[in-house]
Amino acid sequence: MTFEQIIFYFFSTILISGALGVVLVRNPVYAALFLILSFFTSSAIWLMLEAEFLGITLVLVYVGAVMVLFLFVIMMLDINMDPLREGFVKMMPLAALVAIIIAAEIVLVMASPSFNFDQSVVHAADYSNTKAIGNILYTEYVYPFEIAAVILVVAIIAAIALTLRRRKGVKHQNPSKQIRTKRNDRVRLVKMPSSSTQNRAGE
Amino acid sequence: MIESLISFWASLPIALTTVIVILLKIVAIILPLILAVAYTTYAERKVIGYMQIRMGPNRVGPKGWLQPIADVVKLMFKEVIIPEKSSRFVFLFAPIMVLAPALVAWSVIPFADGMVLADVNAGLLFVLAITSLDVFGVILAGWASNSKYAMLSAMRVGAQVVSYEIAMGFALVGVLMASNSLNLSDIVNAQAGGIDNWFIWPLFGLFLVYFISGVAETNRAPFDVAEGESEIVAGFHVEYAGMAFALFFLAEYASMILISALTSLMFLGGWLSPFEGTFLVNIPAIGALFDSGIHWFLIKIMIFLFFYLWFRATFPRYRYDQIMRLGWKILIPVTIVWLFGEMVAIGLGWTPWA
Repeated sequence: MTFEQIIFYFFSTILISGALGVVLVRNPVYAALFLILSFFTSSAIWLMLEAEFLGITLVLVYVGAVMVLFLFVIMMLDINMDPLREGFVKMMPLAALVAIIIAAEIVLVMASPSFNFDQSVVHAADYSNTKAIGNILYTEYVYPFEIAAVILVVAIIAAIALTLRRRKGVKHQNPSKQIRTKRNDRVRLVKMPSSSTQNRAGE
Repeated sequence: MIESLISFWASLPIALTTVIVILLKIVAIILPLILAVAYTTYAERKVIGYMQIRMGPNRVGPKGWLQPIADVVKLMFKEVIIPEKSSRFVFLFAPIMVLAPALVAWSVIPFADGMVLADVNAGLLFVLAITSLDVFGVILAGWASNSKYAMLSAMRVGAQVVSYEIAMGFALVGVLMASNSLNLSDIVNAQAGGIDNWFIWPLFGLFLVYFISGVAETNRAPFDVAEGESEIVAGFHVEYAGMAFALFFLAEYASMILISALTSLMFLGGWLSPFEGTFLVNIPAIGALFDSGIHWFLIKIMIFLFFYLWFRATFPRYRYDQIMRLGWKILIPVTIVWLFGEMVAIGLGWTPWA
């Protein structure tokens, strides 16, 4: 076994046990933590495939942003686990069917000729994966890429529009108005005789 | 003696010697870093003290120089209290989770030309990804403490850090467009040739956005709603004591130094000297001081660290909605407009930095 293989099996073991942890652990926060572990180790395996851009992006996007929001939501919900577990036996056949379909799909894709693993390409040390992806993404696949971007923007706007509600009677601050206030709007200087002169006048 | 050592070293297998050399390099980075963290806390108390017209720590050792050592000893001998109804493993794991990314990111930082632990191709992306992990420890600490204050703080940190990471990432896109590389050494070398070649001039807006987001990312004043002592006591680390608390402290200052280092690498030319190429470099004996080298990098880091302390002494804390407004409605649009301008400039071939 070469050194590389040892590393690969090391990460694979962590990845598979992490993935099992996601589905087996009772506490949803621990499940989310196991998911983070799985993302992290799969990114390590991608790094071993010299796909450093994808590996780092996986950590950056999924671990650094998506999972943060995920944890956020899970922590705020007070999830009662009992009703979630009620139909476990009843749903078992359906779950098994879904699992078999997914496994079959994976095998079909991996067995297809486009996944020919014999021709592994060895790159020079200064080969930049990021540049290669950028070159392809912005020339050959520029339209699919931009369409995907537009769809995502539409999704963001739709999500915001669906949850937007204008409540009446809420007092908002207007920061630009606050910044534009002048001294004269807030302070009024009044000329008054000093108290000592007043006192003397009263005497 | 020395010859026998050398022959012993040569007799070791290559794999073992490589690992030993890497471990020694790691120690050579981590030890000064932790020492720097200790003395940053001292500098912070002194600087803020003088700004508020008082002395700051001046009792332990000459002029108070041993104060950080005394603090460390005190923290080490304190009991680590674990709340009864907390999630024990996560509670103890969270401080490690905060500290680890703050230290790991240093592996790709070049201190001088070729002086880097791992010269990674996608160094900039790596740093961005690793620093984005910082927030987990804080969120987990807040959740595991089983305390309302800690939980509120975790929520605040999560929202704040995720928001400012976007502006930070966009600012980095500008740097990589100008330098045409993701490798941090290449980014610095792209700024070579005198002070007017530094990216701070063409990318001034991005520089401001990056440093402001950096202050927000490290949860420092004026963005320290996570700790907001007047509202939520001490935030996510309210239940921590002793060494577990010290790790949070260590991580906060290590990431402050990291952000300062990154800002100086990407916008102020890292180890490059401002007097590069002038007659000063050719002065005998003291010319080396004016030439590029690690000392310029350290000086730049210290300048930014001073900014951190200065901000803390001067600015009042932002209100939560104002933080969100600044991040989403000001910093992100500024970066997008700046990037668009940069794109047009590059498209027209007007690249003063190249």
